[in-house]
Amino acid sequence: MDDKKIEVLVCSGTLCYLMGGSELQLLSECLPPDLRGMVDVKGSPCLDFCNHPKNGRPPFATINGRCIAQASVSLLIAEIRKEIKG
Amino acid sequence: MLIRRELITRVVRLLIENRLEEGINRIPIEMRPRKNGSVRCCVHKDRAVIKYKLMALLGYNISDEVDELTPLSDYARMANQRTELTDTVLTVVDEACSSCRKTSYQVTNMCRGCVARPCMVNCPKDSIKFVDGQASIDHTTCVNCGQCLKVCPFHAIVYMPVPCEEACPVGAISKSDDGVESIDITKCINCGKCMTACPFGAVMEKSHLVEIFRNKREGRKLVAMVAPAIAGQFSADMGKILHSFKELGFDYVYEVAEGADITTKVEAAELQERLESGAPFMTTSCCPAYTQLVDKHIEQLKPYVSHTHTPMYYAAQVARHNHPNDVLVFVSPCPAKRWESFHDPNVDYTLSFEEYGAWMVAAGIDVNALRSTEIERYPSGEGRGFGASGGVTQAVKALAPSTLKITDIQINGIDKAAIRQLKSFPKSCPGNFVEVMTCEGGCIGGCNVISNPKVALRQLKQAVEAAPSIVNQEV
Repeated sequence: MDDKKIEVLVCSGTLCYLMGGSELQLLSECLPPDLRGMVDVKGSPCLDFCNHPKNGRPPFATINGRCIAQASVSLLIAEIRKEIKG
Repeated sequence: MLIRRELITRVVRLLIENRLEEGINRIPIEMRPRKNGSVRCCVHKDRAVIKYKLMALLGYNISDEVDELTPLSDYARMANQRTELTDTVLTVVDEACSSCRKTSYQVTNMCRGCVARPCMVNCPKDSIKFVDGQASIDHTTCVNCGQCLKVCPFHAIVYMPVPCEEACPVGAISKSDDGVESIDITKCINCGKCMTACPFGAVMEKSHLVEIFRNKREGRKLVAMVAPAIAGQFSADMGKILHSFKELGFDYVYEVAEGADITTKVEAAELQERLESGAPFMTTSCCPAYTQLVDKHIEQLKPYVSHTHTPMYYAAQVARHNHPNDVLVFVSPCPAKRWESFHDPNVDYTLSFEEYGAWMVAAGIDVNALRSTEIERYPSGEGRGFGASGGVTQAVKALAPSTLKITDIQINGIDKAAIRQLKSFPKSCPGNFVEVMTCEGGCIGGCNVISNPKVALRQLKQAVEAAPSIVNQEV
């Protein structure tokens, strides 16, 4: 069961933090009850998306490796739902 | 907030490259290119707003402008030659101020024009008439009592605040004749709540970045004095955060928490002396927005405010003693501390937490990737704890004699209700030690912080636990 969890990596790089990324550290606590237990949220050192403008603007996170730009808690929850639906 | 941070990053990048004068005129164009659309009415308005925000980052009041044609490069040149600072910390970017409608109650089209008409019946000023079957408020006679909103059964009446005026706890920001907000410095306590509240980013804090970089270029040594709340600002331990200042080019770094240890010792002794001599209570004095509040608005509370100096004052005294000819830069969570730094004889300049973060981004430094510096002089955990609400109380209680019965009260954030409460204390105070923090959560909730205060508190707690207790320390 554990290996089917959706992996969310939240970038803790300086730029992401400066552009509001610290809010994402609260994602685990903000997950709706139906998503709890299905998502594994981890902090990460700089994911290096910020050095490539084509990735969009910070803060960044990944959901199962997929880059999410301008991430917010609500955007990540919506993207996690999309990921579950496939 | 994010635009402000991007602007700071761009300014610092130019300062690092020593080409502020050549590059600054381009920033509005780079940030708002012609073909990318505009946030406001047109790209030219957007660029004008950015220009004036940059003027504040160069350390100017927007009202200092005498000729609208003066380019940013001229301001940059003049800033580079500037020798005098002022204690006016906040400035309103009039170009960005949306001139929000005066605070008022408005009838929406949800009004059903009901027969009972409770809004009209209950209005004490007869300001409500019915026009074409809907309620209409005459704003020339309306006194904004809000009675109509309370009684409307359809919730058809809304309250439209002016965010900056609503947030200011002391009524220091108001409309001038042209509808643009202006700050009355005789009332302002520099808490920065207007800056946080304005959704147009129209209130800016004047920066000392130009001065700090100029001193560095001239070969002066820089001493960073970091406020305790810094521990919560990045997902990194204190060793890495302190190391980051060396990477930025600072020559020495002091934790202001060391000064907090002196504040604790002096304040605990003062509390004991006051209570034993019959004083009913004492309030803390480490938050400069609070002490300005008392000075300007609650005269009757003055005798009860501790005379103990702030952690920054003591830390600066030590740093100045050790570095008599160097440049002391206080790294700050809020504009009130910038104001305090100006009046401190030992502090030269202030760098906000936002400016510190933007500087790291501009310099390409990832604080997480740095090695953790071995900390030479550990402050106490209690000293570091000054960064959050309750920290001062905890520290003073730790050092006060066990025979002293302390009943503490915490004012966790100043708003109009808290001011009413504070005003009542000289007549009747339910405790004998009152800790006052102007920002909710303490300095980790200051208006220049980078991190969400909840996340910052966790990080700060780790820094507190990593340090020894003040009880076991020689202060």
